[in-house]
Amino acid sequence: MKEIFIDIERCTACKSCEIACAVEHSLSKDLFSAIFENPLPIKRVYVEKAFLFSYPVKCMHCADAACIAACPTGAMHRNHEFGSVVVNTDKCMGCWMCAMVCPFGAIIPDYAVKTARKCDFCPDRLKEGGKPACVEACPTSTITFGEMKDLFKSKRLLSAERVVKAVLVQEDKKVTPLEMLRSIENI
Amino acid sequence: MSMKTFDAVTQSLINRAEAMGIETGINRLESQLPQCGFGQLGSCCRICYMGPCRIDPFGEGASKGVCGATADVIVCRNLLREEVGGAASHVGHARHVVLAFQKMLEGKAPGYKITDRNKLMDIALRLGIKTEDKSDIEIGKEVVGKALEDISNQNGEPMNWLKLSAQSREFEMWKEQGILISNAHNEIEEAMHRTSMGNDADPVNLLLACLKMGLVDGYAGLHMATDFHDILFGTPQITTVEANIGVLDKDKVNIAIHGHNPVLSEKILEWAFKMKEEAKKSGALDINVVGVCCTGNELTMRHGVPLAAHNLQSELVLITGAVDAMVVDMQCIWPSLAMIAECFHTKLITTEPFVKIPGAIHVPFDVEHADEEAKNIVMMAIDSFKERKGEDVHIPKEKSVGFVGFSVEAIVDMLKKIDSSDPLKPIVDNIVNGNIYGVVGFVGCPSIKLRDTFMTEKMTKELLKNNVLVVTTGCTAQICIQAGLMDSSATDKYCGEGLKTVLHALGKAAGFDVPLPPVWHMGSCVDNARIGTLLGALADRIGVKISQLPVAGSAPELVQEKAISIGTWFLALGLLVHIAPSPRILGSPVATNILTKDLENITGGKVYVELDPIKAAAGIISHIKHKRTELGI
Repeated sequence: MKEIFIDIERCTACKSCEIACAVEHSLSKDLFSAIFENPLPIKRVYVEKAFLFSYPVKCMHCADAACIAACPTGAMHRNHEFGSVVVNTDKCMGCWMCAMVCPFGAIIPDYAVKTARKCDFCPDRLKEGGKPACVEACPTSTITFGEMKDLFKSKRLLSAERVVKAVLVQEDKKVTPLEMLRSIENI
Repeated sequence: MSMKTFDAVTQSLINRAEAMGIETGINRLESQLPQCGFGQLGSCCRICYMGPCRIDPFGEGASKGVCGATADVIVCRNLLREEVGGAASHVGHARHVVLAFQKMLEGKAPGYKITDRNKLMDIALRLGIKTEDKSDIEIGKEVVGKALEDISNQNGEPMNWLKLSAQSREFEMWKEQGILISNAHNEIEEAMHRTSMGNDADPVNLLLACLKMGLVDGYAGLHMATDFHDILFGTPQITTVEANIGVLDKDKVNIAIHGHNPVLSEKILEWAFKMKEEAKKSGALDINVVGVCCTGNELTMRHGVPLAAHNLQSELVLITGAVDAMVVDMQCIWPSLAMIAECFHTKLITTEPFVKIPGAIHVPFDVEHADEEAKNIVMMAIDSFKERKGEDVHIPKEKSVGFVGFSVEAIVDMLKKIDSSDPLKPIVDNIVNGNIYGVVGFVGCPSIKLRDTFMTEKMTKELLKNNVLVVTTGCTAQICIQAGLMDSSATDKYCGEGLKTVLHALGKAAGFDVPLPPVWHMGSCVDNARIGTLLGALADRIGVKISQLPVAGSAPELVQEKAISIGTWFLALGLLVHIAPSPRILGSPVATNILTKDLENITGGKVYVELDPIKAAAGIISHIKHKRTELGI
């Protein structure tokens, strides 16, 4: 099952994901037409500031999703084809329980239509073997999409590298950490 | 592998690049996609360091920048800065040529001469310069003085070149709107000033400044550059040339000249001819100078030099491995050329002090030493040929032929053979009777985003089918000639009956045994001045404003800021200007409304964005129909 992975060190707060998300949820799916639609399409990802970093906040499609458990009508449910957490707007009555229990703030009450609004994992794209719009739009690969085991493997490799570098620098007191790092880069 | 498919020549060289592991713009575009939505809508402001600020086009996020600028202000400021980029390029180009001419008059640039004396005299007379008892040099110096006034005047009087080249009806309209200009450099300075943080925040005022920048481009850029080119190097006459990358010859020293300024390329061509024997000594059959981009258009218009490649093919012409030297001056020269040249025995030679590329050889070219430097550059190409001998090259065989050299003077001379006292009459009569339903000017570049859709070719063919005559300049002209649209055979193949009849008659009158082609090559991108002159002459002959003519302009594959400022000049002249892809204005409701609708009530011009070639042609035809109805024809 493919999932979204977010690397906060890479986010430059360009908001390309926000625009791509809104366009994907428009009628035309084209930027230049979408901005003239009425009502305007609405995004489901929010780039928020955290200290000196930024972070694209969106639904993580939790494996044990609090929002599904909290939903009294069964509107919030799992799509088993893609493993995503999605709202059946016909069943949603706008009680906002899901929004209250979501630890990410990724579910937004949409007062205009009186239903919860959230990331739906771009099912049209996934059906065609594509990636979610935010992933495709991200110019720095902050948001990636893949098998969780692969995503974690690459993260483990990265942290292993960091640990090795840190240990080597500590053991060799004769050179400065910076010089040591430079020599490691050349390995 | 590229996701796009292009014409056979382009595609075969893209395939070769991919097989050789050489990256081209096609690959780089794919790695840039999708491109930033704020950027595409023009609603990102990087003008001050409280930003960058972006306006959410979907209304949920920020609606103003830190300083309070709305999307309207941000878009209009950004647009004006784009206009400045374009106008500065053309004014800079014109200034280079004027100063070269001045040096020649002072005896400091012996490599140059007055070639079209008639044009010099005509311009001098129309500038109000008294020519009796004066030498050509003295008259030339006074003409230069008038040109330099247009970048130095502080008295607020309208620019000389505007008065020289614009028709009175347009002049009065601009006067009424308060957008007449006096000094191109002042306008450029003021535009940068008014768009810096904390100045003009009135989107309408900013758009008026855009129109002024269009006039700066049209008169202190395009018209001035074309006039001095013609005086120095001659006014183009109709001739036929070969086009496409197939004009390279593996057994010759191939020199590709690329950029815009004929002050350099004319000398390279001259010395290539003089150094034939030198080339033969090194085992080459000859020296083959071929044109890339607009300096190619300049040489083809005046000397019938083969047109090797438009701007988008500037990388691909190097991928052949057959170019011994690519000599460049200014504008549209991709930095990637150095990286590609490095893969072959190709020397990339930059010549302008303000256009340097790491990896290229820089030979500073100044007009005072033009002959030595041009000789030196040609020698470098011959040396490069010696190194290339025996290396694998890939030159696609496809070539096309076409007519070029449609200066207004050449067109009028041709028409005089039909009616010597009223040369424009045959054209006007045929517009009135509908044989020529309208005229459309195609300008600009080949867009890497639209080239695979054959936007220009499809639009052109659709217009021709509907009896619309097409005139074109710049790299768009090269797309047309490669597609065979400038060949006389295109007339019977693509034109409606009315247009076919006219072109057959004109071909006969001009003394050719074939019809004239349906698409007329009027020159480089600065030669859009020629389109302006032609429209002005037609409007004057009929006694109407340019905005009343059944004509339109199109930048079917927008790339450069220069196309924005040229397009704005066309808007100021009162033309419908079709543009694809969309200019970066859609983030602003005010700019979008004014440019696509309300402007029509001010200058008569308006912007029309359409990416589908057939729909775009239909939109233009319906505009022409409307104009015809208004004229009662």
